[in-house]
Amino acid sequence: MTLLLRQGLVVGPTSTRVADVLVSEGRIVDVADTIDPPRGAREIDVRGCWVGPGFVDLHTHLREPGREAAETIESGARAGAVGGYCALVAMPNTEPALDNVALVSYVLDKGAQTPLDIAVAGAISQGREGRHLAPLAEMAALGVRLFTDDGTGVQDPSLMRRALEYARPLGVRLAQHCEDESLAAGGSMNEGVVSSRLGLVGRPALAEELMVLRDIELVRLTGGAVHFLHLSTARSIAMVAAARREGLDVTCEVAPHHLTLDETACAGFDAAFKVHPPLRTALDVAALRQALRDGLLDAVATDHAPHSPELKDRAFDEAPAGMLGLEHAAALTHEALRGDGADADPVRFFDVMSRGPARVAQLRARDARVRHSAHGGDVVAGEDANLTVFDPRERWSVSRDQMHSRARNTPYDGRSLVGRVTTTIAKGQLVVHEGKLV
Amino acid sequence: MIASIRGRNLLSLDELSDTAILEVLDTAELFVEVNQRTIKKVPALKGRVVASLFFEESTRTRLSFETAAKRLSADVLSLAVASSSVKKGESLRDTIATIDALGIDAVVMRHSSSGAAHQVGGYVPHVRVINAGDGLHQHPTQGLLDVFTVRQVLAERAHAKGSETGKELFAGLHVLIVGDIRHSRVARSDIAAYSALGAEVRLAAPGTLRPASLQDWPVSVADDFDDALQWADVVGVLRLQRERGTGSFVPSLAEFTQTFGLTTERARRLRPSTIVMHPGPMNRGVEIDSAVADSPAAVIERQVSNGVPIRMATLYLSVTGSAEEASS
Repeated sequence: MTLLLRQGLVVGPTSTRVADVLVSEGRIVDVADTIDPPRGAREIDVRGCWVGPGFVDLHTHLREPGREAAETIESGARAGAVGGYCALVAMPNTEPALDNVALVSYVLDKGAQTPLDIAVAGAISQGREGRHLAPLAEMAALGVRLFTDDGTGVQDPSLMRRALEYARPLGVRLAQHCEDESLAAGGSMNEGVVSSRLGLVGRPALAEELMVLRDIELVRLTGGAVHFLHLSTARSIAMVAAARREGLDVTCEVAPHHLTLDETACAGFDAAFKVHPPLRTALDVAALRQALRDGLLDAVATDHAPHSPELKDRAFDEAPAGMLGLEHAAALTHEALRGDGADADPVRFFDVMSRGPARVAQLRARDARVRHSAHGGDVVAGEDANLTVFDPRERWSVSRDQMHSRARNTPYDGRSLVGRVTTTIAKGQLVVHEGKLV
Repeated sequence: MIASIRGRNLLSLDELSDTAILEVLDTAELFVEVNQRTIKKVPALKGRVVASLFFEESTRTRLSFETAAKRLSADVLSLAVASSSVKKGESLRDTIATIDALGIDAVVMRHSSSGAAHQVGGYVPHVRVINAGDGLHQHPTQGLLDVFTVRQVLAERAHAKGSETGKELFAGLHVLIVGDIRHSRVARSDIAAYSALGAEVRLAAPGTLRPASLQDWPVSVADDFDDALQWADVVGVLRLQRERGTGSFVPSLAEFTQTFGLTTERARRLRPSTIVMHPGPMNRGVEIDSAVADSPAAVIERQVSNGVPIRMATLYLSVTGSAEEASS
């Protein structure tokens, strides 16, 4: 397949320029002011659109194996492609958990049948129970580069210390869901003004911040590497930024919903707004947006968490936590990047949607033992052709009935968004054209 | 703010204006008289069907609501949850859809989850939903019957009819609410009702039984419980919700009683005119001593009696009024 993207704004690591991009046989073969279309090339007019490295999601719950009614690897990949993603990191809190070579292989093999690259985050502990280390070295040998018990954090500081010590020589990174369960237990939304009024038990910001603080100190002690998943409070971000200034190997992501919704969204008791960590205060949202614009975040990661309708129809305190993310993450990130009246910075946009997450997941070409094609590189000749085209002008509104995910639990139903993925080229193939699956 | 519950759901007192609350109180006053007749029945809701869905056990509130509906001549469908399909895993949405298919005008519901009545309101917009207690959130009819009872007592002392006094008897009234505020839906409804009518509300509770945040609440917190008792015109004692694990929020029941129980000794500090209230069921000897509960200052039985006319008024206004009427 030969594709010619015409006259888009090519977003480089530091600057942008209008150019044609020629893709052939899985690679970018030329980037120039104008390129004469080779015979048989399919031309796509992308004037006014941003052309950059394909999105990488560090945090996707694909639900397979175990909860295929909510999502499968195949349906999740379709939703991801529509959202502009060329690579997804599948979270291990499946049933059973991805804590061994057989299960990781199962997901990798199924993932290989989709048009995207599906990487796997393995569990840190056996069964994600937080007691015994899972076989990290065996899974690392399969190419697993991230490990997490996501869904819950590793509660026991001693186990987390062992995991960091064990992981360090393997060259892998531990990703932490930061919530201290003894502080957050029983809670279903942010603890504060709104929870007190609604009579809902709260999950305090402290539950997250205490574990962030603990893990920063464990990184200092062990020399290990931690990726902080879905940080949601101003203090969490400040602590991670400070740790990074000290030279500690810590990275972090935020989720689109923590950039665009606050705790007041829970006032209608609709469990579509229930998520862990919970939607925080408007001040936290503002701080997260500022951190995004200031380049303090490595990634925006979706925490795409499909749930079947009968579960989300339960009462707020009884419903499972989590919301869809893949199909609207780019538009929400675009919204969060726009300041008061200012345009979003396309370089920053691709930093958090592609380059940063590819670096954390070790999916870049220079990373050793890449099992998949390379992601998050520059739009230059020779790179693997994983490309996303984003139209920052297109207005659209979210409809829960038009999701490609099997589930419908989006909190954005009816919300009007600006900016949409028009084209996804994954592993050299045109997967999404004019916003639709090919 | 909602200016009238005519034709509307009653989900929370947080959203009701003083006008809406007074309308319920004045309507209830008319129904008090009905309850004193030999034939305690009016045809106001004849031919209407009220479903009573108690997903959480309650004898008192359920009896009170069902009595109110029957005195309005409504037919009452009562779902015995313990033996129902809910226990077999049916969702709230399906349960409501099933009851709705039988043809109902209103549903009175209690649920252990905060917000459950809001959710049901969304599932069946053509049915009026009356919240009979949802989790730790709201218990609107309890709040209404509490302010109704206070107005009734104060009006009697002034030899006036409650409805003639409007909300004037609440101006500057000192209301002290004591006990497990954190886990209390009654406290949340009481605070909304008293403050909407102009009373000054103060809370007394151990640090662990206060809500996580009192920001935006129209209340102050008493520095000293004993001083606050002397300050109070009304003392609302809350039930210590042991079934919600309150046990782990205080070192022991004995210590709670010693520090925040309305003991006989402490009750001596009350002024003679102070009204003592409790929403029931009481843990006698824990949050309130028997002698205090049975003293002339206590109006606990009157609260129970007033539950029926308040619930009659609520059902009547909500079911018969139309929303257009309310907004005009």
